[in-house]
Amino acid sequence: MVNDTNQAPAKEQVPDWKRQQQRRTILLKMGTTALATFILAVFLMPMGYALVTSLKTKQQAADPTAPILPSEAVTIEYEGKEVELLVVPIDGEDRELAIVKKGRQESEFVDPDNLAAGVIVWEGQWRTLDPVRQGQWNFGNYKEAWDFINFPRLLFWTLLYAFVTMIGAVTASAFVAYGFSRFKFPGKSILFIVLIGTIILPPAVTLIPQYAFFSQINWVGTWLPLIVPMMFGNAYNVFLLRQYFLTIPREMEQAASVDGAGPIRTFIEVILPQAVPALTAVSLFHFFFTWNDFFGPLVFLAGNRDIVPISVGLSFFNGTYASDPNLIMAASFIALIIPLVIFFFSQRVFLSGIVVSGADK
Amino acid sequence: MTFTDAIKESRAGPRTRGKMSDEEKREAKIGYAFISPWLIGFLIFYALPMVASFVFSLMEFNLATPEDAKFVGLSNWARMLFDDPNVWQGLWVTTRFALISLPIGLASAFLIAVLLNSTNLWGRNIFRTLFFAPSLVPFVAGALIWSQVLNSQTGWVNRLIELFGIPAVGIDGIRWLDTPVLIPFTFTFIGIWSIGNAILINLAGLQGIPTALHEAAQIDGAGYWRRLRTISIPMVTPVIFYNLVLGAVGLLQYFLQPYVLNGTTGYPEGATNFFMIYFYKQAFAFANMGYGAALAWLLFFYGLAITIILFSTQKYWVYYAAGD
Repeated sequence: MVNDTNQAPAKEQVPDWKRQQQRRTILLKMGTTALATFILAVFLMPMGYALVTSLKTKQQAADPTAPILPSEAVTIEYEGKEVELLVVPIDGEDRELAIVKKGRQESEFVDPDNLAAGVIVWEGQWRTLDPVRQGQWNFGNYKEAWDFINFPRLLFWTLLYAFVTMIGAVTASAFVAYGFSRFKFPGKSILFIVLIGTIILPPAVTLIPQYAFFSQINWVGTWLPLIVPMMFGNAYNVFLLRQYFLTIPREMEQAASVDGAGPIRTFIEVILPQAVPALTAVSLFHFFFTWNDFFGPLVFLAGNRDIVPISVGLSFFNGTYASDPNLIMAASFIALIIPLVIFFFSQRVFLSGIVVSGADK
Repeated sequence: MTFTDAIKESRAGPRTRGKMSDEEKREAKIGYAFISPWLIGFLIFYALPMVASFVFSLMEFNLATPEDAKFVGLSNWARMLFDDPNVWQGLWVTTRFALISLPIGLASAFLIAVLLNSTNLWGRNIFRTLFFAPSLVPFVAGALIWSQVLNSQTGWVNRLIELFGIPAVGIDGIRWLDTPVLIPFTFTFIGIWSIGNAILINLAGLQGIPTALHEAAQIDGAGYWRRLRTISIPMVTPVIFYNLVLGAVGLLQYFLQPYVLNGTTGYPEGATNFFMIYFYKQAFAFANMGYGAALAWLLFFYGLAITIILFSTQKYWVYYAAGD
């Protein structure tokens, strides 16, 4: 009797089918995660390629047979000459020997650790032998790319463009969005449709007269044609901010207006503090937009290489250094590092969809 | 929330008809005051230039010699539509690219979203972050990196393909950047990093599907794939439609990547002569403001036609939940 109860502890009551199911779930989870990891690895592979290539010398970057990681052939000095170390199979053993005399049928080697042993003759074609390599990280590429594109100057203009227009465009857009979200006025829905329409309108349609006009007033070749239009707000920002403002309850505004606050004071003191998550998100979107903006600066800064932003500067660099993939990769890496760092610190804003869904969760 | 929803919503609510009360007039004034920055900007930077752009398209107007500008009627339009093979090449190259790259991009975004939405995936948030991160790599840097990784001799893409036993590396291998028929695929790869947003929107769509639907189907014995096909896909078609329209409009203006990699040369054999490249060449390399304006309008009408066609196909394949 006593034995019977002991033989059936609680754990063994889990039925077989359930344990099998648990095992299947684990396998499924491992399989799914492995699949996702594989796809992600392929997706991010170019990043690894860029990093590795940016640390190679030009010869290695252009050599299809070079190993994946940056490395250089090892050489030693022998009788006043630089000689290469090769992997030589002798008596079934791979030895690292320095080649001192190259020949077609046989070559002469010395053992770098034991020079006194004299010359070792090996029969075979030395060209078939692999060189001994050691990792060598060529950080000089970054310095060369940095200096050539004058990165501090590119960064200065890019940040100037980003911050000035961010403040201007987001402020103006917030006012406009508040107007669309709270007040009734004739023509509101038509104006809103027009606003949305400007998002889809190809910029090319308005570009030419704008360019002709800006060139008449001598603004082409300066940042003004890019900065001034943004000060009037931007349709995409207005749209996103309006969506968010609509979710803010009206009671607080009513209370403020009972207290005698005018609409602008109400907007600044009541609405803006509540819309900080949306304003942050829109500012970040705007920042990334300007960081990426290429066509506008290319066209409007035409010819003025001293004030181009990173995007355009990088494309000039590519034109000059087309045959130095290592330098191009280093320059690309320099250009992408700041946006990526900002993203990793602010990812919640991008991934939670604060603005689009109107919910701060 | 799409733009169409927002427009519908902005129309809703009581409409003021007839004479406005003083209170309403005051409210309208405040409303106009708040939207005035955009209104002024719209008039100066959109409305006026659009009118001017149309007038320009009827003129011969070279910015290098503005004093020689003259009115030429519809001759720019006639030249563009009947006499200039570059225009049709530009439209064809752009359209072919969109036809290849949009389906690949939309399908990848959807499938990755399905994977990220799976409850069987460990570390979902990390995966979500890492799949989104490349979409914030500056486009120029992304284009340069991809063009190197697609290099036929030293790039890793061909090396990866060789792992599957297909000879790809070398001069006789797959020359992504030099073979005209491969160009649309090459540029699809170059742009694949920017699907991050589409992934997120798809993911939000998948998460918005009521769990009751999946549970009911499961009770009825529907397996994973069956539920994916009959529930998940139909329920996210509005999201796919939204991505499709924005993607199509965006791809018509495809410029940065071909310009950065090949300038205005069209290498190889004109395969990268996208419409915007030709527009840029005419308007800003040759300073032909008149002809450039006509080209811009052609692009506008072409985009409008495509948008209308896409919207008219909606009723056949886009599923909108009733009462929503």
